[in-house]
Amino acid sequence: MEFEPLQIIQLLLIGVSQGCFYGLIALGFVLIYKATEMINFAQGDMMMLGMFLGITVTVGMGLPFWSAIPICMLAMGIFGYLMDVLIFRRVIGQPAFVIVVLTISLGFIMRAAAGMIWGAQPLALPSPLVGNLEVGGLVITLERVAVIVGTIIVTGLLYMFFRFTRVGVAMQASSQNQLAAYYMGIPVKRIFSLIWFISAAVAALAGLLVAPIVTTVTTDIGLAVTIKAFAGAVIGGFGSLPGAILGCLIIGIVEPFAGAYLPEFKEIVAFLILFAVLVLRPQGLFAQIQRKKV
Amino acid sequence: MRVVFKTHYNQDIKLAKHSGYVFWYTGLIIAMIAAPFALNSGATDAGWLVDELSLIMIYAVAGLGLMVLTGYTGMVSLGHAAFLAIGAYTNGFLMEQGVSFLVSFFVAGALSGIIGLLLAIPTMRMTGIYLSIATIAFAVIVESIIIHWSSVTGGNRGMPINAPDLFGYELWDPVEFYFLCLVVLILIVLLVANLMRSSTGRALVALRDSEVSAQSMGINIPYYKAVAFGLSAMITGFAGALYAHKITFLSVESFNFIESVRLLLMVVVGGLGSIHGAIFGAIFIGLLPVFLSLVRDYLPAGIANAPGLEPGLFGIILMLFILFEPMGIYGRWLKIKLYFSIFPLYRKATFKRQKTYLKTERLH
Repeated sequence: MEFEPLQIIQLLLIGVSQGCFYGLIALGFVLIYKATEMINFAQGDMMMLGMFLGITVTVGMGLPFWSAIPICMLAMGIFGYLMDVLIFRRVIGQPAFVIVVLTISLGFIMRAAAGMIWGAQPLALPSPLVGNLEVGGLVITLERVAVIVGTIIVTGLLYMFFRFTRVGVAMQASSQNQLAAYYMGIPVKRIFSLIWFISAAVAALAGLLVAPIVTTVTTDIGLAVTIKAFAGAVIGGFGSLPGAILGCLIIGIVEPFAGAYLPEFKEIVAFLILFAVLVLRPQGLFAQIQRKKV
Repeated sequence: MRVVFKTHYNQDIKLAKHSGYVFWYTGLIIAMIAAPFALNSGATDAGWLVDELSLIMIYAVAGLGLMVLTGYTGMVSLGHAAFLAIGAYTNGFLMEQGVSFLVSFFVAGALSGIIGLLLAIPTMRMTGIYLSIATIAFAVIVESIIIHWSSVTGGNRGMPINAPDLFGYELWDPVEFYFLCLVVLILIVLLVANLMRSSTGRALVALRDSEVSAQSMGINIPYYKAVAFGLSAMITGFAGALYAHKITFLSVESFNFIESVRLLLMVVVGGLGSIHGAIFGAIFIGLLPVFLSLVRDYLPAGIANAPGLEPGLFGIILMLFILFEPMGIYGRWLKIKLYFSIFPLYRKATFKRQKTYLKTERLH
């Protein structure tokens, strides 16, 4: 197959939007990781819940798509907040595998619950953004543009939040040292719950933006996305927000190219890159983890 | 309460700590040998239990494999089904080529172990989540290889498996297969028990408890991590070879992510860091579907037929264990035992966990 420049740019655009999608998921669990050192394997399933919630709000209740976004983000945010209050607060400070196992099991529970509530049939979330954006022969659907724009806005807002607000700085402090932050008068528990709120809300947003692209929403949509987003986040360096997004962009961009030129490798190319990065640079491209001190 | 006086240094590494061990484990082995005959005696229609017991024993072998890695060395693998798959497909492929079971069984374990060692090269510098994610990635890659390398694995069509043969005699009967599994399980239990009382085993446990302290005691961390990975993969590969004969038809879906989680569930629910734990966990996993199929009739249709009901139930159980009994079934058993052996003096605080706080290893 010869390389046509137009086709390459086209694939690149699709890749960027796909990467942004992974990035939105990665953003959610990197936030949680940065604050609490917990790894949330249920992030994709929270996204899945957001999608189904969106379907209920738009198709079931007949509300417009744009009003579904704040409603779903708020609902999922409260869900995340409650999850932290009821479950994760009990396991703060325990070994990493405890959290891994706990979040994986929560993901399975969410999937089973969604199957019971919304049934086994795949559903669709119609989007108001029908049509294409055409620039000089390049065609990209508006839905994909929305994902890219959404990611940029969310990343910018989160950056400003952590940089300039009191709560954001408090979050950074409690992520560095829980005990010291607590002595400084920061309500660490509530801060952690707030982090879960934000993360779940971002997951819901990702779900709503992406649901029109994947066309059919099933209960087990989350897991594959989570694992790929993990690979992206690890490639970028797990503890760094820009790193995670960059890693996800790399994966998102490589995937459609692999699909076009080496179809057998499409599903695993992300993981091959992951292994290559782990062998060459085990801390990820933007390292934040240093040698453990006793 | 039995008090064992220490009269010799070698007592610390004895397999049987006192005569009680000898008595109860001999009894257990006799019961296991008698079980299929008792179940098949015709008076009861319990022949299916023999099948169930073989499956439990295979799960126990796989669980012991994961226990070496996760329970003793503290590395959480979320892709162990891949080693199960490697063992199963290697065994199946070699037997298709006319190799006898004894040879293919050992080749399956050895190949799985070697791949485990190779996987250890990129992963041994990682800790915690990085390792877990790398093992997931590894499992996905293995799954994809199985699908695309159809000349060996049968791809999406799957692969039928013959009965195992020993010296030209084919074991078609479930009872014969039961004894094959029993022998393998006993050998693997002895292997792991011996491993854990050797200096290698102690090095692994030290590594789990604190890498820094282990290193300062002169333990070569990458080497022991690789050893743990290799041994764990080998044992799981053996389990895979047996599992192939148990399910008689291999397909990719038998070795997906849920299977890996099932293995992890087994060691966590059973009790991390003990041989008993792996076996209790295997019994639990083996009996859960039986229990579920009994209960399903009484559930409302919307819940009973929901997709992912079984994984969902796995999830709930796993979550409850992590939250309320992190030491698993074996830990609960130890507590009950202690309660009765020191009867009026049991205090809840004996097993209370210390409060811990998080101090990050990251620099900002």
